[in-house]
Amino acid sequence: MSVLKKILTTVAVTAAMVGSAAHAENIKIALVVKALGIGFFEAANKGAEEAAAELGNVDIIYTGPTDTTAEGQIEVINSLIAQGVDAIAISANDPDAVVPVLQKAMERGITVISWDSGVAQDGRQMHLNPSSTDLIGNTIIKLAADHMPDGGQVAILSATTTSTNQNAWIDAAKAVLPNYPGIELAAVVYGDDLSDKSYREAQGLMSSYPDLKAIIAPTTVGILAACQAVTDAGKIGQINVTGLGLPSEMAGCVESGATESFAIWNPIDLGYAATMLAYNIHNGAATTPGSEIPMGRIGNATLDDTGSAAMSDPFTYDKSNIEQFKSIF
Amino acid sequence: MTVTDRHIPDRLQSPLQRRLRSWETLLLAVAVAIFTFNAFASPYFLNAWNLSDATFNFTEKAMIAFAMALLIIAGEIDLSVAAIIALASTAMGAAAQFGAPTLLLVLIGLAVGLACGAFNAVLVTVMGLPSIVVTIGTMSLFRGISYIVLGDTAYGGYPKGFKVFGQGYVWWVFSWELVIFVALALAFGVLLHLTNFGRAVYAIGNNATGALFSGIRVQRVKFILFLLTGLMSGVASVCLTSRLGSTRPSIGLGMELEVVTMVVLGGVNILGGSGTIPGVVIAAVVMGLVTFGLGLLNVPGIVMSIVIGLLLIGVIALPRLWAMWRR
Repeated sequence: MSVLKKILTTVAVTAAMVGSAAHAENIKIALVVKALGIGFFEAANKGAEEAAAELGNVDIIYTGPTDTTAEGQIEVINSLIAQGVDAIAISANDPDAVVPVLQKAMERGITVISWDSGVAQDGRQMHLNPSSTDLIGNTIIKLAADHMPDGGQVAILSATTTSTNQNAWIDAAKAVLPNYPGIELAAVVYGDDLSDKSYREAQGLMSSYPDLKAIIAPTTVGILAACQAVTDAGKIGQINVTGLGLPSEMAGCVESGATESFAIWNPIDLGYAATMLAYNIHNGAATTPGSEIPMGRIGNATLDDTGSAAMSDPFTYDKSNIEQFKSIF
Repeated sequence: MTVTDRHIPDRLQSPLQRRLRSWETLLLAVAVAIFTFNAFASPYFLNAWNLSDATFNFTEKAMIAFAMALLIIAGEIDLSVAAIIALASTAMGAAAQFGAPTLLLVLIGLAVGLACGAFNAVLVTVMGLPSIVVTIGTMSLFRGISYIVLGDTAYGGYPKGFKVFGQGYVWWVFSWELVIFVALALAFGVLLHLTNFGRAVYAIGNNATGALFSGIRVQRVKFILFLLTGLMSGVASVCLTSRLGSTRPSIGLGMELEVVTMVVLGGVNILGGSGTIPGVVIAAVVMGLVTFGLGLLNVPGIVMSIVIGLLLIGVIALPRLWAMWRR
């Protein structure tokens, strides 16, 4: 027993010494992701490291559970609280289940923000959305219009008729149509986010509207299927397929020319912005509705009534950068 | 030919020797080693509150592991425990939407656990189906019901008092979960090691037919063990739901494997017949210390799984290697 006591005392003393020695001035920001080993989040970590390098006195702790469970994230957050990190920026597996543990973190003086997948309002100080409905609606029309100098017909190939996100984006897109003179929205069709149905709907659009100039698919399944349909019909160059897609899946379409450009949030920017926000809130930036918090090179985030903010327009991918991003996500 | 004094030992090793060579001692040594390593590796480890937080990593799983240990010793297994957590939690969540008070919620959680356990028990002991197949089936069934009820939504709005089980403290750093864990460890320790029922469990695991012919009501004992496992899943569900403050159908996903790992690491023979509750307790602490300690060092979860796996293989292989070397 006395031996054990001696060991424990030694350990405690050593630990105390190590503890004081390791007490550096650097601000520790933890980037908690849904699960490790996902390209999207690895890219976000790159952005966080970029922000840390820019800020100088920041250490990034990139961490997350092995599988996408709330329980796993809670274990991770507990160990972050124990380490006394200064800020936690989390993309949550469950908006509600992580609330109690994040509240505990905030009680202990840790800055907590969510990004990408949000946390319920009482479990964080702010939430950063990658983009907003209005910005996405505008972007998908702009992507098509940019390559239609003479105007013409476009059609939208969406997911299901009940997809909340897609419907909101399409409404937003219709609202900005008057800003793009000469662009006419011929039809909205639904491929139900199934490859084969989306493919047939795209074929249907081509035969119904022979003068069609662009197919806009605000869904990663639809855009790929439309690209395939246009390629198979030999209409590359006549019909431009655009919308929201994943660089890894879309690389072939961009190379073949079926897709001039497409958009999706940039995970690097997202990790960068989340880090900047965590840093600034830790240093005292207000998080009341309406406050503006700087996000470094990206600009300012403006908080709405629910403490959420949108980062920026979706990021555009084309021949110039697809090579770089296709291996990331 | 003269009769010489021949010494025939009544046991091969002295009690002290046996205790020193036991699985529990080996595990305890591993636990102390991990504790010491953690204390040196991270300056944040030796802090009462941090260690208290670390206990949440294993308490809920261990509650189920105690009952699972008895079940596995008796030669059966229940893989539906995590799904029972989900179903019990869903039932509690639904009741909370109608403003059920804390006590009623707890009773509902335990009752659903017990009912699920009874369902497994009937299929295995009355219908004579193999438990591994039955519980793989009920695993999908129980969680499936939760998914049908909740879909991609969640239940929240639990009463304030319900928080105490997963977030409350009895005294200083000793949480309710830790106290429940200790109480259950004692209860199951007594049940397995000091009662006739416990002897019957070992007897069934070693030779079910022999046990039957010795007058042990084999099916009834197994029925009770499934009930106990269901009940403990209900207890774990109350604690986990209270800790999360909400219910989603994915709650506790994959926990059954961690529970079985804990039981096997605790020295329970997966084929039945042997194992102890102290072993499971130490195994629970070891797993908690490993995940928390590595978490403090920000070791990625993937590496953590590898460490747990190596630990499991190592602790199982070491005694065998030791025996081979001595021969």
